Parts: sequence; structure tokens; C-alpha cells
Amino acid sequence: MAVVFGLFMAWGIGANDVANAMGTSVGSKALTFRQAVIIAAIFECAGAVLAGGEVTKTIRKGIVDVSSLGDTPELLVYGMLASLLAAGIWLLVATRMGWPVSTTHSIVGAIVGFGAVGIGMEAVQWGKVGTIAMSWVTSPLMAGAIAFALFRSIQKLVIDTEDPIAMAKKYVPYYIFLVGFTMAMVTLLKGLKHVGVKMPFEQNVMYATLIGIIIALIGTVMIKRLKFPPKADKKFHYANMEKIFGVLMIFTAIAMAFAHGSNDVANAIGPVAAVFGIVQSAGDIVSKSATPVWILVLGGGGIVLGLVTYGHKVIATVGSGISELTPSRGFAATLGAAVTVVIASGTGLPISTTHTLVGAVIGVGLARGIGALNIGVIQTIFLSWIVTLPAGAILSIFFFFTFKGMFS
Amino acid sequence: MFAESPVKPLQGHIGKVHECVKLLAPFFKAVIEKNYTQAATLQKEIHNLEVEADDLKHELRIHLPNSLFMPMPRERILDIVTNQDQLANKVKHLTGIVSLRNMAIPDEIAEMLQLFVESSIAASRQAKRIVNELDELVEVGFRGREVNAVEEMVNDLDKIEYEADKLEHQINNALFLIEKSLNPVDAVFLYRVIHEVGEVADVAQRVGARLELLLAR
Repeated sequence: MAVVFGLFMAWGIGANDVANAMGTSVGSKALTFRQAVIIAAIFECAGAVLAGGEVTKTIRKGIVDVSSLGDTPELLVYGMLASLLAAGIWLLVATRMGWPVSTTHSIVGAIVGFGAVGIGMEAVQWGKVGTIAMSWVTSPLMAGAIAFALFRSIQKLVIDTEDPIAMAKKYVPYYIFLVGFTMAMVTLLKGLKHVGVKMPFEQNVMYATLIGIIIALIGTVMIKRLKFPPKADKKFHYANMEKIFGVLMIFTAIAMAFAHGSNDVANAIGPVAAVFGIVQSAGDIVSKSATPVWILVLGGGGIVLGLVTYGHKVIATVGSGISELTPSRGFAATLGAAVTVVIASGTGLPISTTHTLVGAVIGVGLARGIGALNIGVIQTIFLSWIVTLPAGAILSIFFFFTFKGMFS
Repeated sequence: MFAESPVKPLQGHIGKVHECVKLLAPFFKAVIEKNYTQAATLQKEIHNLEVEADDLKHELRIHLPNSLFMPMPRERILDIVTNQDQLANKVKHLTGIVSLRNMAIPDEIAEMLQLFVESSIAASRQAKRIVNELDELVEVGFRGREVNAVEEMVNDLDKIEYEADKLEHQINNALFLIEKSLNPVDAVFLYRVIHEVGEVADVAQRVGARLELLLAR
């Protein structure tokens, strides 16, 4: 049952959230639609398996103190199932009503809800919950700051020069290196231990650098193969320069898919892992054991399934709606968000990818880089903070007692 | 969260406005040649273009809600579009007077007037060029070289307007010398039309000046 609910959640995430992450690349025409789906599928999965362990652990046992359950482990099973169902239903309702709520907020709200009411106020690790809530405020701010800085650096190094095309050719590989290095670094430091690999810090840095360089080289080759018809610059002086950033966009889209997989997959499978842990150890609550890899794979698979079956619709709408975003801005915004999310994943904090992305886009806007932004979205973010938590909590409390009544 | 940028509609608007301004040249040519049917046709065309530009203006204003976050203040955009609109209005108004009265242009000022009209059109063309740089300005984030280039263009616009001013002065002098030989009412209206042609250049200069304000922040 847990597996089915978890898959359902992952499917929902794949259908909605991933589409948001990939939409920027499709919208700026850096990727075709089919390429976007394939890339998302591969790297969502990779992100989930390689770097998703930390957040899964938080969802699974960081919010509710499992040791306080002692002799009634089945409560946790009911609670986690209730949380999954509550979050899933709330998402369904919210999507129907057109509210852009966050998956992360729903599931955390749901778990806190059943924990506080179903088990007891003292069972909830309020300190940890506080940290998570704080990270929801700080993550969009941080993404905004990074995106702002990145865009400023592009302005300084590339756009505002005699020959933007030459400068773009020169500097874009460095940006690609930055993308590769950051992703590799966080994965090596935090993710790999869940697949059973451990290395000293210096060795990690070395490998991350190596991966960064390899990716940068691939990017350089791709740029070399681009053609620049001077005609394209007649109408808009920066058309050819943007083409180079288009290559960069592909790599940031990959990073975003990876980051998303690493953080959001936990929303679906964290509870599954908790339930499975109990079932496997025949009713004991094991607070030590690591999250099995196959559960991470399950989450990744579910997301891919969602993307393939339904996500293409969302990508199509998101992608066409944001054609205002040229690759140079898309890059700054997406990388700002991806870095923030991956760092959060490494620290085990479940944050909202969508909100982080919104923060990053506004960061670029603050650098006077985007034609027009609709500030109304900020309201919906606040709304999500205020409404989603209680909604998820109330629903999960309801389901918790339903399950409890049904099974025991 | 991405709203439609007002830059493209703004550029579309001045494009339409300039089409309207451009017709001043064939219009005055027809009037000087006393081909009043041709002048009336052109006046009608100018009128239609002005109406089309008006539609674009309303469209742009409607799509500029308060909740937008843009690299340029919303008020400035509205201000620029209002001035662009004035450009077409002036042209419609002055060609309306000339057409209605079937005005005769005295030979003594005919050539000068054509030059003067050309320089007003040139001012409008320069204003259009400047507005067309706006998407590039957004692309660079209103910084550096592109800003300098636009400032240069605004300076050129000032020069064109200054030239138009000088021509206006010359025509007024020439008209003054022959005004006694004209019907007094016709003379008054000639002065008025000349003044309005000069205002076309003035308003074009104002469009450039308003855009320059976007650079200073």
C-alpha cells in the first residue's frame, strides 16, 4: 500500500514540478521538447538515487521522533500512509483550483500534523521543523542572491563587451564547469554514502574538479559546432550570443533536474522508506538503518512515469508562457535555484523547488534583466506558507485516525 | 510568473506612429503642387494610421497592470507611449487643417517648408530608432556600452531637433516678408501649420528624453 501511495505521489511530482524545472529550457528554445523529457528522466533519477538520501532521511525520521513510539510502531505506519494520502489529495485539490502549492510544504505539514496529534506534541522534533520552515524563507532569498550575482557576472564578462560572441565563447565553458563542479561536489560529499561509497574530502574535490572539466570540454565542443549567421543579429543585436548561452542552458537544465530529483523525490518516498523500514524489521523501529537504494530508484521511476504520462502538457504550457526568458537569464535563474536546492539536499532540508526558482528569477529581475515579471506570484508563495501547512496537517490527522480505526 | 514585456508593444506603437509621420512628406508635396484630391487621400490615410496607433496604445496600457515588476518604472513606459501618441495626434491635426482649408503654400517658402517637414520626419525616425534599442537595453540590463550608444542617439536627436528649430525660424522670417501680400486669415493659418510641424520634432525629442530617463537609475 505504501508503495502504491508513494508511486502516486512521485507521479504527481513528475507531472507538475519537473515540468516547471524543464520549462525554462524549452521556453528559451535551448532544448526541444523530446530532449527535455529524456534529460529530465535520466537526471531526475540520478539525482534521486545519488543525492536524494539526506532529504529522505529527514522526511522519514527527522520530523517525528520515532524513538518515542517504542512499542507501537504501527502508529508510524498509519501516520506515514496518512501523510502520503493527505499530501496527494491536497495537491490534487490545489492543482484543480489553480493554486501553485508546494509538494514539500504539503508533505511536511502532513507529517507534522499526524505527529503532533496522533502521537503527541513531544513526538515532533520542533527544532528540526523550525529549521525546515526557516529554510523555506531563506532558500528563495539565497537562490535570488546567487542568480543576481551570476547575472551580474554575465553582464560584466560577456554582454557589456566589444564582442559579446567571442566573450561568450570564452566564458561559457567556465560557467559549465561551475555547474558540473557544484553538482558533483554535493553528490560526492553527501549523496554517495547512501550508495555505499566514502572518500576523503580532498579526493572528493579532485573528482568534482575532474567531472567539471570533462563537462566543460563537452560544452566547448558543442559551442564549436554552433553556426552564427550574422543575419540573426540584424534584428536583435544579441541573438547569436544567446545561442551560446543556449548550450549552457542545457547543462543548467540537467543540473536543475538533478537538484529536483535529489530534493523532491524524498517527498514521495520518505514516508515509504519509513513504512518499509518497520515492515522489514518485523515491527521494530530502526532509526539507524540507511534508506535502501531500491526505494530511491522507485521514487525516481515514479517521477519519470509522471513526466512521461502527464508532464509534457505542463512543459508545453510553461515553456510557451515564458518565452520572455532568454538563455542568458534562464541560465542565471536556473543555476541559482539548482545550487540552492542541491545544497539544501546535501544538508537534508526539504525545500520547495518551485519557490526557489521563483526567488532566483526575481533575483535576475532585480538586476534589471527581465522585461516584465508578475509580482503576484510572491503572494501565492506567502499563501502557500500559510495555507498549505495546516491543510496538509488537518487532512493527515483525519486519515491517520481513519487508518487507525480501520486496522487496529 | 512571466508577464508580457511592454517593450515590443511600445516599439510596435512607435512604428505605427512613424508611418503616420512619414506621410507628411508626400502630403505637403501634394499640397504644394495644389493636388488637393491627392492631399485629401493622404490625409485620410494619416487619420487611419492614427486610429490604429491609438488602438495599440490602449492595448499596451491595458496590459500594464500594477503588479508588474519591470526593469523600468511603469510610469515611464506610460509616459513614453503618451508622447508617442502625441506625435501622431499632431500630424493628424495639422494635416487636417491644411486639407480642410485647401491651403495654398506661397512659392517663396515652398522649398524651405519641404526641408522643414523632412527634418521633423527625421526627428521622428530618430525617436523610433531609440525606442527600438529598448529590447537591447533590457538584454544588457541597462548598463555599459549599450547605454552609451543610446545616449549618443539621444544627442543626435537633439541635434536634429535643433536643425528643425533653425529651419522654422527661417521660414517664419520668409513668411513675415511676404505676409502683407497674403490673405490675413491664410497667413495666420500658415504660421500655425509651421508651428505644428515644428512641434512634431519637439515631441519626437521628448520621446527620446523620456527614454533617456530610463537610463539614469
